[in-house]
Amino acid sequence: MATTDNTAEITAPARGLIALPQTAARSLIAVGAVATIASTFMSWTYTADFPGDLTYYGSPAGLQILDLVAGALTLLFALTLFDVRGLRWLNPAGATAPVALAAASAFAVSWFSAIAIAVDLKGLVALDPGAYIAALGSLIALVGALALPSPGDTFKDWVSKPDRIPAAQQIPGWAERLVITGATAVALIVFTYGIGVDPDASETFIGYLLLVVLGTWALQSAGLFDRFAELNARHKGFATSMAFLAAAVFPFVENNEHNANLGVNILVVATVALGLNIVVGLTGLLDLGYVAFLGVGAYAAALVSGSEFSRFSGVQFPFWAAMLTGMAASLVFGVLIGAPTLRLRGDYLAIVTLGFGEIFRISVNNLDGSSGPNLTNGPNGISMIPDLDIFGFNFGNAHDIGSITLGRFANYFLLMLIITGIVVVVFNRAADSRIGRSWIAIREDETAATAMGINGFRVKLIAFALGASLAGLAGTVSAHVGYSVNPAPYQFAGSVPPNSAFLLAAVVLGGMGTVNGPILGATLLYLLPEKLGFLKEYQLFAFGVALVILMRFRPEGIIANRRRQLEFHETDQLDIPEQGLPASTVGVTKAGA
Amino acid sequence: MTTTTSTSPVLEARGVIMRFGGLTAVRDVDLTVNTGEIVGLIGPNGAGKTTFFNCLTGLYVPTEGKVSYKGKVLPPKPHLVTSAGIARTFQNIRLFANMTVLENVLVGRHTRTKEGLWSALLRGPGFRKAETASRERAMELLEFIGLAHKADHLSRNLPYGEQRKLEIARALASEPGLLLLDEPTAGMNPQETRATEELIFAIRDQGIAVLVIEHDIRFIMNLCDRVAVLVQGEKIVEGPAEVVQADERVIAAYLGTPFEGSPGAEELAEVEAAEATAGDDAESATSKEGTAQ
Repeated sequence: MATTDNTAEITAPARGLIALPQTAARSLIAVGAVATIASTFMSWTYTADFPGDLTYYGSPAGLQILDLVAGALTLLFALTLFDVRGLRWLNPAGATAPVALAAASAFAVSWFSAIAIAVDLKGLVALDPGAYIAALGSLIALVGALALPSPGDTFKDWVSKPDRIPAAQQIPGWAERLVITGATAVALIVFTYGIGVDPDASETFIGYLLLVVLGTWALQSAGLFDRFAELNARHKGFATSMAFLAAAVFPFVENNEHNANLGVNILVVATVALGLNIVVGLTGLLDLGYVAFLGVGAYAAALVSGSEFSRFSGVQFPFWAAMLTGMAASLVFGVLIGAPTLRLRGDYLAIVTLGFGEIFRISVNNLDGSSGPNLTNGPNGISMIPDLDIFGFNFGNAHDIGSITLGRFANYFLLMLIITGIVVVVFNRAADSRIGRSWIAIREDETAATAMGINGFRVKLIAFALGASLAGLAGTVSAHVGYSVNPAPYQFAGSVPPNSAFLLAAVVLGGMGTVNGPILGATLLYLLPEKLGFLKEYQLFAFGVALVILMRFRPEGIIANRRRQLEFHETDQLDIPEQGLPASTVGVTKAGA
Repeated sequence: MTTTTSTSPVLEARGVIMRFGGLTAVRDVDLTVNTGEIVGLIGPNGAGKTTFFNCLTGLYVPTEGKVSYKGKVLPPKPHLVTSAGIARTFQNIRLFANMTVLENVLVGRHTRTKEGLWSALLRGPGFRKAETASRERAMELLEFIGLAHKADHLSRNLPYGEQRKLEIARALASEPGLLLLDEPTAGMNPQETRATEELIFAIRDQGIAVLVIEHDIRFIMNLCDRVAVLVQGEKIVEGPAEVVQADERVIAAYLGTPFEGSPGAEELAEVEAAEATAGDDAESATSKEGTAQ
């Protein structure tokens, strides 16, 4: 049955969901996109009450900028269908999915804006002609996109990559580097725009999210990300340094202390998530108490920081010594906790680490002199931690570099970036080595790994200790950034990061075993609650819903670890061991031969 | 069969007993494997073959008895057994599914390389040298089993027969003196079985002794210099293939013994006649297959 259906599908000419001549469909998209772009230069509403102030003619603002980008993207993709010279690279396979997704992004942003204006400002009267034109234009573009030849019957066909994407044209090496530079710059602009959205303008941030998700998806379904990954693989060192350069440029571009503080916190969480990724993603050990190591590092640094609330208030280590102290303390705790627990597997290990994580928080809460020896000042924590001073460079003061002033958080951002860079290098080097392979082997099959001569306990302990000391390293900086440390944040789950559940979610959502995954996951999880203020008490609920949806549709995380570019085989095809022995071995031999 | 020049024992198991609570899975088994030998271990399902294997490789600690490799008593830890020089494969394939074919073999090199975390982080010349050497050796092994062209595939995407081969290559990567194969041809068709046979001979010719568990009697009879039969945890016979094949106790263990008041002679004759004709058909079918190749 199924096979006959398939053959019918192949022979029948592909038709769209809406019956229209192809030329008409393409023209509709182009016209709709142009109308959408034009509308962003008009007023959408008459009062400045709506976030972003959309009342001006001739200068797009807030949601209009986003709609302008969405419209432009749609127009570009529509032009690829007209075989415009010079745009072939944008849609190499001439697929319809990216066009539909781009049109969907323009539609989503326009209609969301119009509805948000109408709801916020009590009624349709609040809409100016510009908003109507945006809504109508994007609708026309979407109708046109749906009239394009259908890539398949299911929803999935509309949003996935075409099967065969022609190989990229050879371009010289310098041009490839230029492309990488350009793409990195675009990524920096997109990120900076997102982080710069006013926390009160949740509408703008939702529009931003709609555009980023659908727009990225459009580029992905055109196969551009695969090509970019190839470029990156060819110029690995260059691409990595460009990414770090872009991150280093961030405090210069976004010259606002609040946003720089957001940036530091994101980097701290991302770094800790990377450390956790060694334990969870590479070695496959579910650690539910990981945040304790961040706490150990932070407390160790606070104790030797010279703060007058510290038990050793006279002691002030220089930063490098404080950093080593934090790492060493976390390392010791990692080994102490790991040594007895790592003999356990799976669920048992998870429960025990959860317990140890809580023990840390409760102990710190009670080491206040009354219910235990005074070490941590109990629930009050250690406050007034002085700013770092490295070679006379005080991190608390603003410094002028050229015409740009770098404030306190911008200083810490740059310091934290260096530490993130170190952790990325450590992660990459460790993962691609004898020890990294044995971690992955243990994750895949511990019995087989020990039968290959791997001392499971020892190797797992190394992973645990390395992960712990990296978290401790991040903790030393976070203690100074936050002025004080107290036991509250170092719990299993809570509404404020960092907590173990949050870190774990960052790793799992982003993509286990990758470098980019946890960084992206931590960024998203940290930024979303920050910018979507209206969620407030529903934050954890929304977080849960998002987790469920993502795990249903993309269980491997946003950035899947494809273990290098293994393009030649789709998984699930000859996946025999899970199903036991095949019914007919002859068939398998043929497939293999 | 090739004659072996020296007959010093590689593996000596003496009086191995394995009890799980009240159940004795392996009873007082002695087994010796000499250099350059291929020894088979057969027995009906549940006879304790794999349990005995696990006792040899340190996955189980035998309740009593000792296992020694080249004269040294083996410690009861799998990774120490492997570094001593015994490598194994598993009855149900246990590859590292999400690693590439090459990486699987590289993991097998674990005991023969020394680079720790520090050298991985610092990436000195020693690290690079060792890594290159490991990769070269791993590629040689893949060449040997004929999977070099698939070095970058994920091992989960290999067809069944190649996964079996890869498991052998991974075991060989630890430079063993003795290779333990647990049902290497399970689920294979006759051609693949024959290829595996060739592979095992080639491994033996490299000077690696092989101990193999198998159900396929024809495979065992072609392959092995010596066969031991395990029934209900006890070794009942050991000797050259032909001797074992003809042994009454072995036949009884596999097919059962006629009981008192068994079917009359007439029925027996009928059954035998029917079997004889069926056997002829089967014989001619296989011979046809043989000529076709």
